[in-house]
Amino acid sequence: MCFQQKMIHSLFLINCSGDIFLEKHWKSVVSQSVCDYFFEAQEKAIDVENVPPVISTPHHYLISIYRDKIFFVSVIQTEVPPLFVIEFLHRVADTFQDYFGECSETAIKDNVVIVYELLEEMLDNGFPLATESNILKELIKPPTILRSVVNSITGSSNVGDTLPTGQLSNIPWRRAGVKYTNNEAYFDVIEEIDAIIDKSGSTVFAEIQGVIDSCIKLSGMPDLSLSFMNPRLLDDVSFHPCIRFKRWESERVLSFIPPDGNFRLISYRVSSQNLVAIPVYVKHMISFKENTSSGRFDVTIGPKQNMGKTVEGVVMTVHMPKAVLNMNLTATQGSYTFDPVTKVLTWDVGKITPQKLPNLKGIVNLQSGAPKPEENPSLNIQFKIQQLAISGLKVNRLDMYGEKYKPFKGVKYITKAGKFQVRT
Amino acid sequence: MSGNGLTYSEQGGEAAPELAQEAAPTVTPSTPAAFGLFSSDTKKNEDLKQMLESSKDSAKLDAMKRIVGMIAKGKNASELFPAVVKNVASKNIEIKKLVYVYLMRYAEEQQDLALLSISTFQRALKDPNQLIRASALRVLSSIRVPIIVPIMMLAIKEASSDLSPYVRKNAAHAIQKLYSLDPDQKEMLIEVIEKLLKDRSTLVAGSVVMAFEEVCPDRIDLIHKNYRKLCNLLVDVEEWGQVVIIHMLTRYARTQFVSPWKVMVDEYSENNFYESDEEQKEKDQKLKTTYTMDPDHRLLLRNTKPLLQSRNAAVVMAVAQLYWHLAPKSEAGIVSKSLVRLLRSNREVQYIVLQNIATMSIQRKGMFEPYLKSFYVRSTDPTMIKTLKLEILTNLANEANISTLLREFQTYVKSQDKQFAAATIQAIGRCATNITEVTDTCLNGLVCLLSNRDEIVVAESVVVIKKLLQTQPAHHGEIIKHMAKLLDNITVPVARASILWLIGEYCERVPKIAPDVLRKTAKSFTNEDDLVKLQILNLGAKLYLTNSKQTKLLTQYVLNLGKYDQSYDIRDRTRFIRQLIVPNEKSGALSKYAKKIFLAQKPAPLLESPFKDRDHFQLGTLSHTLNSRATGYLELSDWPEVAPDPSVRNVDVAESAKEWTGILGKPKKEKPTEKFYSESEEEEDESASTSSSGKCLESTAFSLPGKLCLQNCLVHK
Repeated sequence: MCFQQKMIHSLFLINCSGDIFLEKHWKSVVSQSVCDYFFEAQEKAIDVENVPPVISTPHHYLISIYRDKIFFVSVIQTEVPPLFVIEFLHRVADTFQDYFGECSETAIKDNVVIVYELLEEMLDNGFPLATESNILKELIKPPTILRSVVNSITGSSNVGDTLPTGQLSNIPWRRAGVKYTNNEAYFDVIEEIDAIIDKSGSTVFAEIQGVIDSCIKLSGMPDLSLSFMNPRLLDDVSFHPCIRFKRWESERVLSFIPPDGNFRLISYRVSSQNLVAIPVYVKHMISFKENTSSGRFDVTIGPKQNMGKTVEGVVMTVHMPKAVLNMNLTATQGSYTFDPVTKVLTWDVGKITPQKLPNLKGIVNLQSGAPKPEENPSLNIQFKIQQLAISGLKVNRLDMYGEKYKPFKGVKYITKAGKFQVRT
Repeated sequence: MSGNGLTYSEQGGEAAPELAQEAAPTVTPSTPAAFGLFSSDTKKNEDLKQMLESSKDSAKLDAMKRIVGMIAKGKNASELFPAVVKNVASKNIEIKKLVYVYLMRYAEEQQDLALLSISTFQRALKDPNQLIRASALRVLSSIRVPIIVPIMMLAIKEASSDLSPYVRKNAAHAIQKLYSLDPDQKEMLIEVIEKLLKDRSTLVAGSVVMAFEEVCPDRIDLIHKNYRKLCNLLVDVEEWGQVVIIHMLTRYARTQFVSPWKVMVDEYSENNFYESDEEQKEKDQKLKTTYTMDPDHRLLLRNTKPLLQSRNAAVVMAVAQLYWHLAPKSEAGIVSKSLVRLLRSNREVQYIVLQNIATMSIQRKGMFEPYLKSFYVRSTDPTMIKTLKLEILTNLANEANISTLLREFQTYVKSQDKQFAAATIQAIGRCATNITEVTDTCLNGLVCLLSNRDEIVVAESVVVIKKLLQTQPAHHGEIIKHMAKLLDNITVPVARASILWLIGEYCERVPKIAPDVLRKTAKSFTNEDDLVKLQILNLGAKLYLTNSKQTKLLTQYVLNLGKYDQSYDIRDRTRFIRQLIVPNEKSGALSKYAKKIFLAQKPAPLLESPFKDRDHFQLGTLSHTLNSRATGYLELSDWPEVAPDPSVRNVDVAESAKEWTGILGKPKKEKPTEKFYSESEEEEDESASTSSSGKCLESTAFSLPGKLCLQNCLVHK
């Protein structure tokens, strides 16, 4: 047939060793050999991160994503917004994650029938049909150990026998007939600090990005509104489709009928006018000597502007230069590992106690004869601060309309390091 | 992986007979046999056939699961077709579904047998349950068997007047499938599209516009009457439909409205714009110019703006491109913030968004200047992301921020990622040519890099310095001398060639060094790369012309070497040069001008962005990403000089009001406060269908099409 179709034609799942372990075609079958173009591009790239997401081949276009060590390669025949496909593929991966607890090759192979049923529902003729997890779960039940045992005895199936009503409604994200004995609504306000700190310790760039993840287990059709003490802090917000945009525009209140279960309510950026408090500082002394093929490494991490909360879960990762052979270090706290193949140094610090600052120091062994590294490596820091939203964002209240019962409500705050990098 | 495969096949091999006897079911976490190597072994397929013919559902189900596993693996299971197709009418819903999966995969290859299943679907199309009707239509239309085209056509027509919007949505999907199966049906299908475009359900809108784009994207006349409705429904359509509708409306608007860019409106500062509300602004515009935006044009801009807040990157990008292509230039700025937000997403999204920002930032720097720091590079970014960010930073460079940027670039130059370091050097070169204030600073910086340890960095610097010197050759004798010294150490051919070219070009500025360089390179001539050899010849020729006393013999020596070189190119070049510079009786008129030819003033190379001419592709498209026309790319037309008649979009208000209030009066009275999700202010009638109360929903969802259906029936009669 000479007529070409828009949107997604086929999907191939490929693992890191280059095996195609699943294929699905929504239209006529496309031969696996189309993936050879992908492999070619993969070979050219330095690492998996650098495989171009869009590849042009003589008859098709390949748009791919890389998630959890799997390449999702989709075959396209004609013009289509690439982000449309990319976003969809990520949604597929999210769904696998949601159903199987992990999006891995083993999980997909073990559940190949469910995977196929899911893909069938998510895309019709290459166009997304049902991508809301609430609807999919009504159509196809996720596997659980209990159910598979029951199924095996009774011979019943994974396919839902009730028909999904959500898809037919104007609130496609919520399934109907939700019932709980304990009605609960939890909100996690999670903020991440992205920062680049330069050699001298001053901030080159810093920004706070936040999300509110919700876990809502409420019966019936609850209509919630969530308000903040200081909504002005939210500079740029993106919403789950359930949020009524107009209410936000006029009153700065999040008003919505929630999906059932876990979902991301909003993500936001804190306006850049606000100065970002950087909760940790790093003192570093990294140097390489020309003649002795060795160098010194000395890093101390300390707390700074942390609003009286403990900084915990601190981990430092450093990609050392290629010339580094080995590292001989002593940590006053936590433990460190150095992988001589990937040249990655990881220091798991744990909690920072201001009385005794964690320090890691020692000798770096360089390849003899090799020129000393030009640049000092940057330090990537991770940390967590419980019970604190670093921007100062505070939830004011949560009201529920439309249902009579009294739900249990909870809000949790947490601050984390996002892409937090210290240049040395 | 291979280990896994092995165990699977073993399990499959041993377990199969047992399974067949006891009808023992599968136990998760593994669906055994899913990856068995059946295709090579017909006996195993016999087992599957037996299982499929068994009376027990569990055995059938198990067999189907294994078959689906084979399909998933890309193995051929087509010979099981007769056995499988018998189960199409199974009562067990899961078996049925898996049979559907199988049918869609193999019906094309086994057309005759596939016909056996058709009657089942035809029956299901009449089922009282809308979901069963819908799925029957889905499968029926996915069976690519030309002989059933009339049946499909009939089914689509019926489904398009179905009471359930979900069935109508599936009808819209089926249109595309039928069209690809048999393009001759186009005219009839357009009729169905026309009907479905009138549909007021948000469920249908996205799918029917998709069908429109595929079947008849040039029939803009079908959109006129539905334009305002689509704009108003947009917010409530599902995300994927939004993307398709926005792209379609972008094309539509470019044919129907006049350009908002021609008039010179006083530039509003960004701040001013955010604060002032749009009406006010429109008024201002009216005062200053004669241009007034068509209210429908404004409607589109206003109704797409909230979608910048979508969680779906594709929707945000779609709105961004709409603003880029349709909004007055002073307003396009509002999309930058949302695009920058997408940079937090995964690398694939970043890649596409950065590409689009790169194109935008060339034309309208101001849009992204406030977000300069968001494009700073992290050492953990993949190289392709790093280079794109660098590209944008370079585009955004101006007198005000260049010093900050250069400081940032200094960090990048030292990067361990040498490919990126090299790209940074090029970027510095571009900044240096674009911003004259910093040319000298950049040049000095680059010269410092010449003593860098890394050869790639040095080589790139040489190439860039060469280009820079060419743009302003005034007084750079020192730098050239410095580079001549480097020649002993640099081995990268491009860099060596660049240095030689520079010395040749400016040989009169370094009269002492140039002949010496020629002497050295003449010695190493035979071991050089072709690129370098050509430049040695070039240098020799230039010196011969300017300083023949010292270099005559050397040049002749080099020319002799060139004459017997292995490469055609070099032999050709040698012959050419010799004829041109060495006077003999045969040499033509040209040799008189040899000096002029070789030492003419050469135009400086332009250092410009690779994204410079990407803007002729619509942003956000595949073609833009690839920078070449993708199949099926629809060109965005230029604005018309004079706007076509705007009244074509008018809908007969009286009629539609009568039509809708009759039906909607009731639910609206019951629940007047339920219109949270509705966005439209002026068109109350629209909002009822988009309002999302759980309770009134069923009544609206079903009563609306009911009326439509009645009307259609009347029309048909």
